[in-house]
Amino acid sequence: MSIRLATGGRLIDRTKPLDFTFDGKRMSGFAGDTLASALLAGDRMLVGRSFKYHRPRGVIASGAEEPNGLVTLGNGGRAEPNQRVTTTELFDGLTCVSQNRWPSLDHDIGAVNSVLSRFLPAGFYYKMFMHPRSFWKHVYEPVIRAAAGLGRPPEGPDADTYEHLHAHVDVAVVGGGIVGLRAALTAAQSGLRVMLMEQTAHWGGRAPVDGDRIDGQGADAWIAATIAQLEKMGNVTLRLRCMGAGVYDHGSLLAYERLGDHLPHHKGPRHRLWRIRARQIVTATGAIERPLSFACNDVPGVMLASAVRDYIVNFGVAAGDAVVVVTNNDDAYRTAFAVKEAGLDVPAIIDARAAGGALSETARAMGIRVETGKAIAKVLGGKRVTGVALCAQDGDGTAIEEIPCTAVAMSGGWSPVVHLWSHCGGKLTWDEAQAHFRPDPSHAPTGQDGQPFVVTAGAASGALSADAALADGDAAGRIAAARAQGDHDTVADVPAPDPGTAPTPVWVMPRNAGDRLRAKMWLDFQNDVKVSDVQLAAQEGYESVEHTKRYTTIGMATDQGKLSNINGLAVLSQSLGKNIPQVGTTTFRPPYTPISMGAIAGEARGDLFQPLRRTPIHDWHDANNAHWEPVGHWRRPYCYPRPGETIGDAVNREVLAVRKGVGLLDASTLGKILVKGPDAGRFMDMMYTNMMSNLAVGKCRYGLMCSENGFLMDDGVVARLSDDTWLCHTTTGGADHIHAHMEEWLQTEWWDWQVYTANLTEHYAQIAVVGPKAREILQSLGSDIDLGRDALPFMQWREGTLAGIPTRVFRISFSGELSFEIAVAAGQGRALWDRLLEAGQGQGITPYGTEALHVLRAEKGFIMIGDETDGTVIPQDLNLNWAISKKKDDFIGKRAQERSHMTDPARWKLVGLETTDGSVLPDGAYATREGLNANGQRNTEGRVTSTYYSPTLKRGIAMGLVHAGPDRMGEMLRFAKVDGTAVHARVCDPVFYDKEGKQQDV
Amino acid sequence: MSDPVTPLNHARFDGYVTIAEAGPTGMITLRGDLADPHLSETLHGVIGAGVPARGRAEVIGDNTICWMSPDELLLMAPRSYVPDALARIASAMGDRHHLAADVSDARAMIRLQGRALREVLAKLSPADLSPAASPPGTIRRTRLAQVPAAILFQGPDRADVLCFRSVARYVFGLLSNAARPGSEVHRTAGAGNPEQ
Repeated sequence: MSIRLATGGRLIDRTKPLDFTFDGKRMSGFAGDTLASALLAGDRMLVGRSFKYHRPRGVIASGAEEPNGLVTLGNGGRAEPNQRVTTTELFDGLTCVSQNRWPSLDHDIGAVNSVLSRFLPAGFYYKMFMHPRSFWKHVYEPVIRAAAGLGRPPEGPDADTYEHLHAHVDVAVVGGGIVGLRAALTAAQSGLRVMLMEQTAHWGGRAPVDGDRIDGQGADAWIAATIAQLEKMGNVTLRLRCMGAGVYDHGSLLAYERLGDHLPHHKGPRHRLWRIRARQIVTATGAIERPLSFACNDVPGVMLASAVRDYIVNFGVAAGDAVVVVTNNDDAYRTAFAVKEAGLDVPAIIDARAAGGALSETARAMGIRVETGKAIAKVLGGKRVTGVALCAQDGDGTAIEEIPCTAVAMSGGWSPVVHLWSHCGGKLTWDEAQAHFRPDPSHAPTGQDGQPFVVTAGAASGALSADAALADGDAAGRIAAARAQGDHDTVADVPAPDPGTAPTPVWVMPRNAGDRLRAKMWLDFQNDVKVSDVQLAAQEGYESVEHTKRYTTIGMATDQGKLSNINGLAVLSQSLGKNIPQVGTTTFRPPYTPISMGAIAGEARGDLFQPLRRTPIHDWHDANNAHWEPVGHWRRPYCYPRPGETIGDAVNREVLAVRKGVGLLDASTLGKILVKGPDAGRFMDMMYTNMMSNLAVGKCRYGLMCSENGFLMDDGVVARLSDDTWLCHTTTGGADHIHAHMEEWLQTEWWDWQVYTANLTEHYAQIAVVGPKAREILQSLGSDIDLGRDALPFMQWREGTLAGIPTRVFRISFSGELSFEIAVAAGQGRALWDRLLEAGQGQGITPYGTEALHVLRAEKGFIMIGDETDGTVIPQDLNLNWAISKKKDDFIGKRAQERSHMTDPARWKLVGLETTDGSVLPDGAYATREGLNANGQRNTEGRVTSTYYSPTLKRGIAMGLVHAGPDRMGEMLRFAKVDGTAVHARVCDPVFYDKEGKQQDV
Repeated sequence: MSDPVTPLNHARFDGYVTIAEAGPTGMITLRGDLADPHLSETLHGVIGAGVPARGRAEVIGDNTICWMSPDELLLMAPRSYVPDALARIASAMGDRHHLAADVSDARAMIRLQGRALREVLAKLSPADLSPAASPPGTIRRTRLAQVPAAILFQGPDRADVLCFRSVARYVFGLLSNAARPGSEVHRTAGAGNPEQ
């Protein structure tokens, strides 16, 4: 059983007890505990069930590499699944529940899978669920998804807030162990901007646990002194609980700071995502101990040797009172010594090396039984360890003896944490002597200048002893500082990593274990992958480590194989009869450990999720019950329903009000681009399909813009403001991209033309006053502009004041009615709107929205960019040949429109459509023709592009693109509806209302 | 003419940095050949200073000239002066190719005051806004979260953010959110004291 020791625990404060619950059961720990140490202190050895076989699982590790100890923390808006107990700091009132079990952790029905495990080998899903094909989606997958999986996603909105922070530093040091501290100090002494981050709540890493001595002092004292020194340096930023998550191109480093996870009533953001640009990155990320693959190595109570030591020294917690140590290296002996020192029993050290190691004699001298050349045949016990069966390492696992114990501390050697080095292309080299992959300094990740921008330090370089690691950290600090200042010649002068404590590789224990044992040797604890699975994959022909990973799912769980990858690929290489470096590793991808979705989103939620663009009149719309429509990032009123009205009622009312009286439209979102210069006329002629250079000052002209490929991309009214100045109105969505389009041509093709453009869209509010009574209303406001029919004719503009406000009045119409568009400075927009409403009160002036605008223009047969066009439509398709100049030598799109396909008479062209029964055609409906095409689909001969109920004509009206449409007036077409029925419509002129245009020219 | 309505109606938020709408301010976009001495002379006559260096802003009394791009400046002056300034630019430049336009209502100006203003901005902008990279007198065109913006560093405790009028409330919301008390970033947070 695991227990809290009477004394010890450098990180806990025994005067501050904390209460928490696990699966509803009250437990307690101390300030400074992790959830893992507190659970172990309460003898909670079984903490979860495994993913596939529902095996009982306990805590294995003491840090970020933990695969088993996952719980759902908190509840409601603060519930979060799959949280590692080893990296969760205990706080008072913490609640957590175990995962992947039903009905309870101790009595789990899914555990039957474990009994059936030999029927669930690697690739089981692929083999079993292939036939019949449709069953996968509808039967197998839903059942499997319900049975597997870890925690459940939380429900409801997240109660916390998150933020991003951009930082620019010369040297970023990831990892706040003694090596990171040394590297940061060395780099900072050159005066550079240095940032040092540590993922845990404590500086110094494992040095204090290992009892290292540095510069003649104990590790704790040295760490405190170094931090004090760094704190005083103004050029150093220090972060605890901040993990280097990913390294990307151009020195981009993502770091994940957990500000509130350990403080239940924290004010401010819970997590902060640091988006760092670093000239150089030092990864002092340490090393992770490897498990050993012996049978039943997943029974709760089997832990990494370093973790057993960490719990004793840091938290005063023993994994058991009788700890068997099993190892292939010297380092694990330190765990045996720590256990002894804590007054507990070490029944045996089982050393797989035939001759033992340098510390074997020391151990024997302390009275510990040391068995060399031996192995664990099998761990005894179910929900907790009760003993181990001893055997020869070179044998087949025949048990020699059973040794009773309550915990097993295992060590298969150490793997440098090379993740961040590898994220952006750093290569690895297999170090035969130390039996691990370590960074290859001659193949570092390189930046835009081709120079390395990441340097590893300490154990992350493969330097596992404290002295070698510190020397390496100092060198890394110097190299990074030099490189950050442009000096790439400084190189490391430290000797190669010291193989003093080199392990003897042990990938399967015992060496010749049979099938039964290999089927119980876990490689990946979280995804339930065993030695036998990897061997089966190799047998079935899987050679690539990447394929084997996906087939067996090794390394694909939330821990991304931190404990399993090296062991897995070693087993694979053995099965394939290849060397480990030949097999290679899988790809290391960010983030190092999972980061919260909230941190990724940052501030972008709620009101700040997306920018919402507001016109100067937005608040009036909002206060007057506007039914909003998103148009790009703008919100525009779709209509303004009155009490008791449906949306449709409101639209009809608004349309009729415009036709019969006067309406008011907020047109501020339309693009307004100024084009000025000696070459502006020439430029305008290139931008538009029609002639703009000959437009007279004071007049307006409707124009079309095409892409280089001839397709219609924007339209609008152009006004000639002066000799050398044009004002281009664009669609709402076109404002920014048409401006960019103009600038691109000016900057890249016609850089020698004297033209400047300016996007003035946001400077103006623009209001359309539309309807037979429009002139009356404007005149009543008082203006120095003569608004009479002859003084300001259709398609002209004037400048002056209206209601005392400086304005430009355009007589243009998108509705077919008498219409004025009035532009004023944005800051006057609301004032003008209010004055117009007031002046028009007697005449029933009616604000109208975008849908009424659409109906009005459709009744007139006016096209809409985005309805009648979709990027494949040319102006000729829309019968707009009148707006395509034949006189001009060139305009953008001209050549493309001469291609054979563009001039094909069989193109679909714009026509009006009227249903025989007066109903409204479904939007986007296709006109069908007899027969099927080569793909077995129904032949088509046209489609609906705009369709509305016309309150003016009291029936449905539509426009559509129809095969040879204009030549087929009066023909009937059959339009398919989604319910399988059809509706018939007659091809007609697209102008449904006032064909002569009398209404707009009054 | 009514008093111009500013995009934010003089909104203000007192966080660990104060966020408040500034203005109204007169603004003129001026495009032209910035290397042309005649342009510089014109500016001296109209605003009181010449063309600023790349990325810099010149402040002369109530007037400011900002470098916006290799062929664009932003002139800021009291609104009442804008018509006069435009007329003077037009007459001084004559036939020389240029574009000058009143954009006084196109943007919002939001003032940040407080020692930590660079930190608040760094939560939203990827640009290096440290005093070394962006000393007072710098105008930095960048983005704040999802929209373009320019930051004019006026002094150690003051910066003005310029953004488009339509997104003024979004930007004000971003800045206020970033300046919420409790979200301060301490340089050595948690360094010595894990309870912090």
